Amino acid sequence: MDLIENYREELKLVRKPMDRFWVFVLIIVALAFPWFAKEHVIYTATLIFIYGVGILGQNLLIGYTGQLSLGQAGFLAIGAFTFGHLTRLGAPWPLGLLLAGLMAGIFGIIVGIPSLRLKGPYLAIATLGFGIAVYQVFLNSEVLSGGRMGLNIPKLKPFFGLSPHVSNYYFNLVFIIIFSILTFNIISSYLGRTFIAIRDNDIAAEAIGVSLTRYKLLSFGISSFFTGIQGGLYCLFIGFLEPNMFTFAESTTLFVAVIIGGIASVEGSLMGAAFVILVPQLLSNYREMVPVIFGITIIFILIFEPLGLYGRWYKIRLYFRNWPFR
Amino acid sequence: MTLFLQNLIAGLSTGSIYALVALGIALIYRSTRILNFAHGDIATGGTYMAFILLGMGWSFSPAFFIALLFGSLLAMSFYFIILVPAQRRDASPLGQITLTLGFGLILQGLVSYFGGTEPQSFPFPLSDIETYQLGEIYLNQLSVGTFIISIFGCILFYLLIQKTKLGLAMRATSENLQAAQTLGLPTRFILAVSWGMASLLGVVAGLFLAPALLLEPFFMLEPFLKGFSAAILGGLNSLPGAIAGGIILGVSEALAGTYISIAFKNTMAFIIIIIVLLVRPEGLLGKKFVERV
Repeated sequence: MDLIENYREELKLVRKPMDRFWVFVLIIVALAFPWFAKEHVIYTATLIFIYGVGILGQNLLIGYTGQLSLGQAGFLAIGAFTFGHLTRLGAPWPLGLLLAGLMAGIFGIIVGIPSLRLKGPYLAIATLGFGIAVYQVFLNSEVLSGGRMGLNIPKLKPFFGLSPHVSNYYFNLVFIIIFSILTFNIISSYLGRTFIAIRDNDIAAEAIGVSLTRYKLLSFGISSFFTGIQGGLYCLFIGFLEPNMFTFAESTTLFVAVIIGGIASVEGSLMGAAFVILVPQLLSNYREMVPVIFGITIIFILIFEPLGLYGRWYKIRLYFRNWPFR
Repeated sequence: MTLFLQNLIAGLSTGSIYALVALGIALIYRSTRILNFAHGDIATGGTYMAFILLGMGWSFSPAFFIALLFGSLLAMSFYFIILVPAQRRDASPLGQITLTLGFGLILQGLVSYFGGTEPQSFPFPLSDIETYQLGEIYLNQLSVGTFIISIFGCILFYLLIQKTKLGLAMRATSENLQAAQTLGLPTRFILAVSWGMASLLGVVAGLFLAPALLLEPFFMLEPFLKGFSAAILGGLNSLPGAIAGGIILGVSEALAGTYISIAFKNTMAFIIIIIVLLVRPEGLLGKKFVERV
């Protein structure tokens, strides 16, 4: 990693002038992107941004706190349906999104209380069950799911005279930027340090005064909040909800994205989001093979490149930075 | 009373299936400290193998035998090809669980590619329409057969673990891996046998569930989750606990479906997980191995 000389430098989002230049270029490219790309490419990019929000949250839980959750689809469903019903009742979207996130976060804490008091893989099992239970509740209750026709929600109104695709793109771009910065700040604040301490050595963390249950719950709550926001954004983007969007396969997609993108890195979460959105799009003729690709990639990454796509990218960058030398 | 007995028997039959699944999960967790998320998918793979062989005109017993063999070979090859190299590279427990999940995804995809995603009915020697009458209670052939085979399987498994040399080696390996290695046990081989045995039990459960449910690539997901909660209910590191947990779960599910609400039936397993984690995290028969945070 880079040499850091004082605390203020450590807290900076962008540490070097050269990095500042690249971030600037990246933002310009992201802003100018809709003017060059075709419509379905913009659509795909928007989906990546939406998924990125939830995957950032998942990464806080899996990557930084070291807890495994396999029921993210449940929180996604709770967020999306909360948002959908509120919108149909006439709530404006900022309120709807906030409440969608809060609702998912509250449910996250309710599920987390029993399972996070124990060590080991209990959270994975409890969340796995929770995800499927939520799916079945929505499937069996017509009041919640809107029945067989699903739930139709008014989409985002285009703003500044842009086309619907482009305005959706910018809308979600703003969100992914906000949430990336939020995640960076969480990680470099005392909260993120606590999470990392719990992941690396929980006994040592407890010995220096970290309340394990409290911070694990907090991490789980924050990650569910992010997922709830993702549900709300997704709902606003698609304009239609039905329980079958939130099956176990959706949970695994979110989980796979974290592992493939790179554990404990913000950039990795975004790369993972891009991976899980792009692979099914590229393999649209061989839909059954998508899980196979996911599975093989997971196994390869866990055995050969534990830091995921981000780790690979980091190594390539390091190679070019020190180029003539090794 | 008749209704109660009828439900009790239906519950015992499904419960014995859950017990088989739970037994496989507990066996793997006990010996390697890994939760096997591919357990359901391996069972699905074995069942599809039997389905394909039956479709080619094989008779039941060789097809089922090959299916069992195929399931255990899948699990053993996963252990040797993927898990052992990962352990050599110091994979974390979390990473190893993720590996089983990845393996499960691969199997899921392959099953839907080769077997098709359409639900199919599975031919079986026992039918669920033919019934025997016992007093006022009706027993259908399939559930009676399921119950008998499951109990038989559990007894065989018990004898294997408690009375044979291989079972002794398996117990020793799960008790203390280093000590077992020091004493010269071929621990890698024994762990592979544990994986194979666990998956064999899973495939047996799959073969008996397929005629009752319809055969589709995700048909083992729910029984697998139920088996998980049964294993937790009984204590994740206890084999008798897994059997007891499975039967309790099956019976309580059947009774809850009748007396409370049918919609309640499927969420029962999840509620049981939460209650067990709150009240007695080591499970009914488990030793107090769980460290509280």
